[in-house]
Amino acid sequence: MTKLNLVEALNLALHQEMEKDNSVLVLGEDVGIDGGVFRVTEGLYKKYGKDRVIDTPLAEPGIVGTSIGLAVNGFKPIAEIQFSGFIYSAFDQIISHAARIRNRSRGRFTCPLVVRAPYCGGIKALEHHSESMENIFIHTPGLKVVIPSTPSDAKGLLISAIRDPDPVIFYEPKRIYRAIKEEVNEKEYTIPIGKAKIVKEGNDVTVISWGAMVRECLIAAEKSNVNCEVIDLRTLKPLDIDTIINSVKKTGRVVVVHEAPKTSGFGAEIISLINEKALLNLEAPVKRVTGFDTVFPYAKMENKYLPDERIEKGIKEVLEF
Amino acid sequence: MPKQIAFKGSIEYLQILKENGKVDEKLMPSLNKNEIIRMYELMVFSRKFDDKLLALQRQGKIGTFAQVKGQEACQVGSCYAMKQEDWMFPAFREAAAFLTRGLPAEMIIETVAGDERGNKIPEDVNCFTYSVPVAGQILHAVGFAWGFKLRKERKAVVVFFGDGATSKGDFHEGLNFAGVFKIPIVFICQNNQYAISVPREKQTASETIAQKALAYGIDGIQVDGNDLFAVFKATQEALKKAKDGKGATLIECVTYRLGDHTTADDSSKYRTKKEVDEWSKKDPIDRVKKYLESKKYWKREDEEKLFKKVEEKINDAVIKAEKIGIPDVEDMFKYMYKEMPWYLEEQLQEVKDAGNGSS
Repeated sequence: MTKLNLVEALNLALHQEMEKDNSVLVLGEDVGIDGGVFRVTEGLYKKYGKDRVIDTPLAEPGIVGTSIGLAVNGFKPIAEIQFSGFIYSAFDQIISHAARIRNRSRGRFTCPLVVRAPYCGGIKALEHHSESMENIFIHTPGLKVVIPSTPSDAKGLLISAIRDPDPVIFYEPKRIYRAIKEEVNEKEYTIPIGKAKIVKEGNDVTVISWGAMVRECLIAAEKSNVNCEVIDLRTLKPLDIDTIINSVKKTGRVVVVHEAPKTSGFGAEIISLINEKALLNLEAPVKRVTGFDTVFPYAKMENKYLPDERIEKGIKEVLEF
Repeated sequence: MPKQIAFKGSIEYLQILKENGKVDEKLMPSLNKNEIIRMYELMVFSRKFDDKLLALQRQGKIGTFAQVKGQEACQVGSCYAMKQEDWMFPAFREAAAFLTRGLPAEMIIETVAGDERGNKIPEDVNCFTYSVPVAGQILHAVGFAWGFKLRKERKAVVVFFGDGATSKGDFHEGLNFAGVFKIPIVFICQNNQYAISVPREKQTASETIAQKALAYGIDGIQVDGNDLFAVFKATQEALKKAKDGKGATLIECVTYRLGDHTTADDSSKYRTKKEVDEWSKKDPIDRVKKYLESKKYWKREDEEKLFKKVEEKINDAVIKAEKIGIPDVEDMFKYMYKEMPWYLEEQLQEVKDAGNGSS
C-alpha cells in the first residue's frame, strides 16, 4: 500500500495497464512529453514511447474518431479530452458512432474505447472548465459512464474501464484530483463497473451522490447530526439500482446531490426509479440539491452555484417532512 | 527583402479511357483481359442492382436508399485495386464498392429494407459498415489504418466520401492526422457535383478538391471518376505508396450522380435535364464497353449472357433478402453492450409482456 492522490492513482492504473497489455494506447493533447495538463499521463511517454502515448493535433473529434477506428481494429485506446468542456465537438463521434458500432454491425464490430476527461467545478477555472454535463452521455444508449470519487476507486475503476468491451466515458472530478490522499493498493485490481459503494452507513436519510460531491455530502451528513447513509454511485450507467433501493427501503428518506443543472439532471432519473420501485417506502418527497439551470459562473460566484450548505439543509428538510 | 514563395504546389489530372472508348496506352495500368471483363461485369451488376432496388423502393418493398448510378467506375475501379487484406470504409452510397469487395447482394437489400442484420459484414469481407452522418467515417478509417501501421502490417484502408464531406471538420481532421502520423490510407472523394441540392462550387472555393491534400502534407490527385482505368491506376499507386510507408493520398474522382440523392429526393428541382444528359454521355459503363468491343474482347452474345446472369443473381438476392423475415425483438436490445444491463432486460421484458416478443 502507498498513499496516493487521485491523479497519482489514475497514473498508476495507466502504467499498469499499458505494461500488461500492448494494445492499450493513450491519445490526446499534451498527453505525451508534457504528461497531461493535470499530469495524469506523467511518465507514460518515456516508458512506452511515441507510438503508444500519442500527442495528437488539437482536435477533439480527431482524437475520438481515430480512437474509434483503432478500437475497432483491436486496440484499447484511452482518449483524453483535456477538459470535459471541450468534449462537445467530439460529441458527434461519441454518440453517433462509438455508442452505436456494436449495435449497427450486429456485434461484428465493437468499440472498446475509454474517453477520459476532467470535469466539475470548484477550481476557479476559466469558462468551459467547470461543467458537469455527464447526463448527456448517460442519456445516450450504448455508453457507460463512470465517475470515481476516491484515489483507490479511481484506480480500480479506470482499469475496469480499459478492460471493458464497450465505450466508457470516464469523468474525473478535478476538484479533488489532489485534495485527498489515501492508501492505494500498488498491485493491480479492478472495481466492477455498475457497483455503487455505501461510504457511510446510516438509517435515517439516504444521500446519493457521485464525484467531488461525495465528500461534500459526507461533510454535510457529519454537520447535520443526522444518521445518514451516503451512497457513492461510482458508475452512473449502468446504475446500481439495488444498492439505492435497499437503502431507500431502510431509510424512507432521500436526498440526491449533483453539481449538474437541475432540469433533466441525473437526479430526476434516480427519483423516477425510486418512484417506480419503492414509492411506498418513502416517508418524504425525494429532495434534489443540485447546480442551477444557469451557465456555470466564473470564479467569484462559483461557491454560490455548487451544492454546499444546501446539502445539510436538504437532509434536514427530508427528515423533518 | 521581397516576399519569397513559401510554398508551391500543383495537382495532376489523370484520364486514361476517353468517352469514345479509346485509351492512352502509355498510361494504361497492367490489367489483363479477364480482369477488365470482371470489372465491367461488376459495374453492370451494380447498375442493374441499383435499378432493381429503385423498383423495389417504388413498390414500397424497401426503404430510402442512395443510388450509385453514374459512380460505378469510382467504386469498382478503386476496390478492384485493393487486396483482400485491405479494408474499405464506406459512406452511404457505396453498394458497388461493397459488391466489388464481395459483400453478398442480399445483405445490401436487407439493410435498405430496414434490417440491421444486413450490416453484419461477413468475417471474410474486409469492409466496415455504412456511416450515414457525413464524413464521420473518415476518422474511423484513419484510426483503423493507423492500427496497421502500429502493428507493422502491410495493409491499407480505402475510405469513401463525397464532395459535401470535404466541408466538414472530420474530413480536415482526418487528412491532418493522416499527414502528421503518415497513415496508410487512401481517401477517395467521389465528387459527384452535388451534396443533395448544393452544387460543388458552393461547397468550396478551391479549384479542385484534390488540392486540399497539399495543405495537410499528403499527396492529392484528380482523376476522371468516370474512367475505370484512371481510378484503378490512381488507387493502385496510392495503396502501394501507403503500404511502402510513404503516407496517405487524396484521390478526387470527378464524377456525376446520375440518379437523385436518395429515393426521397427529386433532383429536377435543382438541376437541368440538359446537364444530366451531358453527363450521361460520359457514362462510365458505356466507355468500358466501347473499349472492350474495340479490343474485340466483347460481343453482343457476351452482353446478353451477362445481362441474363446478372438478372438471375439479383432476383436470387431479392428472394434471399425477403426470406430473412423480421428479426426477433431481442435483437433491438442485445447488441447495445456485450452484457445486457438490468434496465435493458427490464425494457425487453416490457415489450415481451405487451405481446410483441415474437416475430
